[in-house]
Amino acid sequence: MAPHELERLATLVRPDRVHRSVYADPAIFDLEMERIFGRAWLVLGHESQVKAEGDYFTTRMGREPIIVVRQDSGEIGVLVNRCAHRGSMVCAEGRGNVERFVCPYHGWSYDRAGVLQAVPFSSGYEKGKLPFGLKAVPRVALYRGFIFASLATDGPGLEEFLGPAKASFDDFVDRAPGGELEVAGGVFKHAYNGNWKLMLENHLDGAHPAWVHASSVAVARAAPEPGKPGEEHYYDIAVRQMRQNGAPDAVWEAIGMWTTPHGHGYMGDYHSDDRLVAGMGNPVFDEYRKRLIKHVGEKEADRILRVTLWNTIIYPNCSFMSQFRQLRIIHPLAVDRSVVTTYSFRMKQAPAQMFRDTVAFANVVNGTGSWVLTDDLEVYERLQHGLSSGAVDWVYVGRGHGRDVKEDDGSARGATGTSEIFMRAQFAAWLRYLSQ
Amino acid sequence: MKVDEFLYHEARLLDTGQLEAWLELFTEDATYWVPLEKDQRDPLETSSIIHDDRTLLGLRVKQARHPRAHARLPLARTVHQVGNIMVEDGKDEVRVSSTLQVVEFRNEKQRLYGALVEHRLRRMNGSFKIAHKRVDLVNSEGELDGIAILF
Repeated sequence: MAPHELERLATLVRPDRVHRSVYADPAIFDLEMERIFGRAWLVLGHESQVKAEGDYFTTRMGREPIIVVRQDSGEIGVLVNRCAHRGSMVCAEGRGNVERFVCPYHGWSYDRAGVLQAVPFSSGYEKGKLPFGLKAVPRVALYRGFIFASLATDGPGLEEFLGPAKASFDDFVDRAPGGELEVAGGVFKHAYNGNWKLMLENHLDGAHPAWVHASSVAVARAAPEPGKPGEEHYYDIAVRQMRQNGAPDAVWEAIGMWTTPHGHGYMGDYHSDDRLVAGMGNPVFDEYRKRLIKHVGEKEADRILRVTLWNTIIYPNCSFMSQFRQLRIIHPLAVDRSVVTTYSFRMKQAPAQMFRDTVAFANVVNGTGSWVLTDDLEVYERLQHGLSSGAVDWVYVGRGHGRDVKEDDGSARGATGTSEIFMRAQFAAWLRYLSQ
Repeated sequence: MKVDEFLYHEARLLDTGQLEAWLELFTEDATYWVPLEKDQRDPLETSSIIHDDRTLLGLRVKQARHPRAHARLPLARTVHQVGNIMVEDGKDEVRVSSTLQVVEFRNEKQRLYGALVEHRLRRMNGSFKIAHKRVDLVNSEGELDGIAILF
């Protein structure tokens, strides 16, 4: 990179503020696609989405159209969805099971490992001069069943990249009796006219619910009371969850907020409603705890259930709720347009009601027609409008600045739960990626 | 009231912002469902864009009136165009299939939705009440912007 370009980038990120162009400048977006999305480990999904040989799903890594496929060897392959001949996507977007990927344009076909198998009119080519096959994404790795890939041939290994954030994935998986998790219950895809970073930032922002979600908190407070065990209603989960977003300021200040050297972050949980988190005394949770104990013993089960995490962010584009079994992947389409896929997970050995609760939770919080998400999306779009204005340059990310605490595991903790340490950490990672 | 008149009346209430009167069209045990998946059969173990009982549907109407409902301020202006009405008279309920096109305008953006709709209606006092309404958007599985209107 030219020295003047580096210097310019460095001026955009300051300890307690960032320049608005990081959200609004298409040239910076191009750099992000190349240097962040072209290098970082990206979460692509979960191994349960490709259980059998030939199972595949399509996704994106930055600008690249991607196929994730279970190969004949049993390994998970990650291929660029682009025919080696003239460049067409060989596979329509979606999911399914394939024997061969056959390009719709001229019929070039590839096996599940992406190796070129057959070429019509092959006599027109010199023997041995054909391309090898679909481009394979150079690095693929799993952590506890979650599929990651990186478009860069080298860089930190997955475990080093995740660092202390591994614990959030551990929490996600450990909660499932027998560690058995699967993607289930449908996939939401929602879009907004805003920069990809806006959603990432919002997910660790404990200062926003009281304002952004004021209307859903208010209607839930005025709603009929949820029922006791045995007298529950369908509406209970939605009402309970929306009420929780109205937790007092002191609760948000007291939950923990941690960041890691690679820009990841996670926050403690703010839920006090026993029906939503694994509280005791509820027959469904009692049965669940019993099943967990069967696998790991009582001491370990109680340790697992005592972990209380809300959102975890894996920089640059994954956000998940280990306790509520939701995972979202943010796909940047343009500097001011993003698409988000939301997955729910089923704990296969947990009582059936727990997955119904997960679905009800997904609908109310993360669904396209939800009371909650729609207000977040509205705010992202207003942010993008405001940040497109050149009248004011700086975005202020200084809450708690100078009071961050270093933890023994290599993470840093915000002085309070509403510290903007998560934004400062994300932009430190951002600048590191862009400067290299 | 005839079935087609009832559906036009329902659409008119939505398009003129009479959400409370619209809510009154539903029975106490009503369900209102906008499935996420094509041919979705189950609302409990598969997510939905909306799956409400009467209580939750009431909360949607209340949210629309809240002074800090950001995605609903101002409320979108809409036109609900109902067509292809087909009536199947049952013993207790009337099952109605129709198509719906909705034009939504808000914040300088116009959006168009198309859907197959199913109503189950109960006869009551010379009119009907809605016991079940299902709206299958043609793009339910697509990349959707946030939905803050009612169909």
